[in-house]
Amino acid sequence: MPKATNADDSEPSDGVQIDLISGERMDGMATMEKIRMILDGVHDGNIVILEEGLTPDEESRLIEVTMAEISPDEFNGIEIETYPKSEARDSSLLGRIMGSDKVETKLTVIGPANQIETLHKDETLISALVSRN
Amino acid sequence: MGLFTELKDSISRVTDRLFSEQEPKRIGIYGPPNAGKTTLANRIARDWTGDAIGAESHIPHETRRARRKENVDIERNGKTVTIDIVDTPGVTTKVDYEEFTDELDEEDAIRRSREATEGVAEAMHWLREDVDGVIYVLDSAEDPITQVNTMLIGIIESRDLPVLIFANKTDLDDSSVKRIEDAFPQHTTVPLSAKEGDNMDEVYDKIAEYFG
Repeated sequence: MPKATNADDSEPSDGVQIDLISGERMDGMATMEKIRMILDGVHDGNIVILEEGLTPDEESRLIEVTMAEISPDEFNGIEIETYPKSEARDSSLLGRIMGSDKVETKLTVIGPANQIETLHKDETLISALVSRN
Repeated sequence: MGLFTELKDSISRVTDRLFSEQEPKRIGIYGPPNAGKTTLANRIARDWTGDAIGAESHIPHETRRARRKENVDIERNGKTVTIDIVDTPGVTTKVDYEEFTDELDEEDAIRRSREATEGVAEAMHWLREDVDGVIYVLDSAEDPITQVNTMLIGIIESRDLPVLIFANKTDLDDSSVKRIEDAFPQHTTVPLSAKEGDNMDEVYDKIAEYFG
């Protein structure tokens, strides 16, 4: 399987690389593989867009690993955006038994904290400004 | 004493012991930096134990280690609810030491940012492993629809933890409790000012109701 990031060895001198990662590609990956792929891309200054986002547990671990990798003057962390949930998910016992607590698919944008700035966000729109440092 | 009465007393003693030896629930106080989590934790601890939990500051990431206050007995309607309060560092996805350089020298700012990142990781670990319920504190003068809030509430819901949302800082002019209620309509929102001690009766009623 080709690498998700830096597929082309010739690094562009300007511009920002955007990796759009399909849900299908993420399906077979373990949590840490997903997190490593995201953070490797972000460390390279790329914007990573996930078609189906992460589960809450994966988001929790992404925050933890991100914190471990923050280093003064080198890496300040990530900016991550997904649409806010508009309705309560059915997480009751009955809901689980009926299988209705399936993780919602939600487009997720992740980038270096010093290169991406959210301009606007609501239930249906995320507007972000991306710069190249 | 009849056999039936003796049996009933014996069962009663066993159940009393079971309930009295039940570990107090650990209630994590979560939220973004500068929402007033430690001010709230100190308010609760002072009201019921006389002691504070930690230092408060307007500089973000003052709390950089999770701190637990054990056996806080909250009395409501003739009953006592015992909880452990866990005051956690504010959760974020980014920490830039230059945020602190206005108030601290560079060395202290770098140290603070390093400790802050460790604190956030620690808070996430507590959330996954060690808390039985969550008080989610928001600054009601700020927009609640942020990624950190959306993610953390999602993580809390996915773990089926009971959660109360506290709309703090109602003493500020820009405070809007409705904005928080609208952002998280699936949860109960309690307005308060931990700093001024406003609406603490409802705060304790809800804590007893949700975590008792």
